[in-house]
Amino acid sequence: MEKKREMFAGENGLQGDPRLKAISEAIRVVPHFPKQGIMFQDITTLLLDHKAFKDTVDIFVDRYRDMGISVVAGVEARGFMFGPSIALAIGAKFVPLRKPNKLPGEVISEAYVLEYGTDRLEMHVGAVQPGERALVIDDLIATGGTLCAAIKLLERVGAEVVECACVIGLPEAKGQCRLNGKPLYILVEPRK
Amino acid sequence: MASEDAQDHRIARISSAIRVIPDFPKPGIMFQDITTLLLDPQAFKDTIDLFVERYKGKSISVVAGIEARGFIFGPPIALAIGAKFVPMRKPNKLPGAVISQEYALEYGTDKIEMHVGAVQAGERALVIDDLIATGGTLCAAINLLERVEVDVVECACVIELPELKGRDRLGDKPLFVLVSAA
Repeated sequence: MEKKREMFAGENGLQGDPRLKAISEAIRVVPHFPKQGIMFQDITTLLLDHKAFKDTVDIFVDRYRDMGISVVAGVEARGFMFGPSIALAIGAKFVPLRKPNKLPGEVISEAYVLEYGTDRLEMHVGAVQPGERALVIDDLIATGGTLCAAIKLLERVGAEVVECACVIGLPEAKGQCRLNGKPLYILVEPRK
Repeated sequence: MASEDAQDHRIARISSAIRVIPDFPKPGIMFQDITTLLLDPQAFKDTIDLFVERYKGKSISVVAGIEARGFIFGPPIALAIGAKFVPMRKPNKLPGAVISQEYALEYGTDKIEMHVGAVQAGERALVIDDLIATGGTLCAAINLLERVEVDVVECACVIELPELKGRDRLGDKPLFVLVSAA
């Protein structure tokens, strides 16, 4: 059976789980942010709904707790809102992946492409050891550029990226070869 | 301060897990780096537990965390005590309607923002950040919450830099910290 590269929770083990519907409904859509034409998927309203927020974390924890994962890497800034709780529950360390010049001390950095121009993601030298098994977490995946940069940072230090996990997966994330073959696990699709 | 409780072993581990980086972001500043604390799952858990033990059962319905390191500590605390998490962000990051509060920097000013409607009048709130220095950012966060008639019960930080007198700047708002970096 062909393995899909992106896996929605509702089609993989959580069919009909009412928590997914509540999580989806807790997300607010803000039209034309940050610019015209973009329907921004705002997770801050999910964070205001204690049960839905807890369910979000619990679903990820249930999936990852027995996978021998020792690193949860969260992408600044909204990855910081989900990653630490998952890390704490599965006994892993939390590693923040940050915009340039935020992390003190020695870092490695990976550039990635934006619509116009490039940006960089940084990770502390020594945060992750070779052979560690890692999860990458962000609130949302669009083109996957940021997540690809995150995967590269971890692989450059010899870690194994087990999976990338996002609360929301935009249509652009489907069917693309941009996650270097790494599986992607997504809770919900965007709201209209 | 937490060390006055019988929690010395947890505080000692937390304190020693914090790394000091000299001359960051500029010469003369000894930067208190909490990322090494996050690499020690037991110490990170202990950090959260110490806050949760203090705030559980106190009818706190809002944990407001200041971007970006407040986002690391705030949500686990909020989840454990049954509160919502409200991010306080730099300008133009939050989509939709916001209220904003300006505050003074060494040179110039900055602003933090909170979503309109995130909190209701009468809610009891905690404000979280990794560290308190001068207290400018925390004061701005308190102002934002009080402008919408929220009762800020306490500010909580992992680290305090007592020489910068942030505690005094908070005035009558209580401050709880785990570690004092003298």
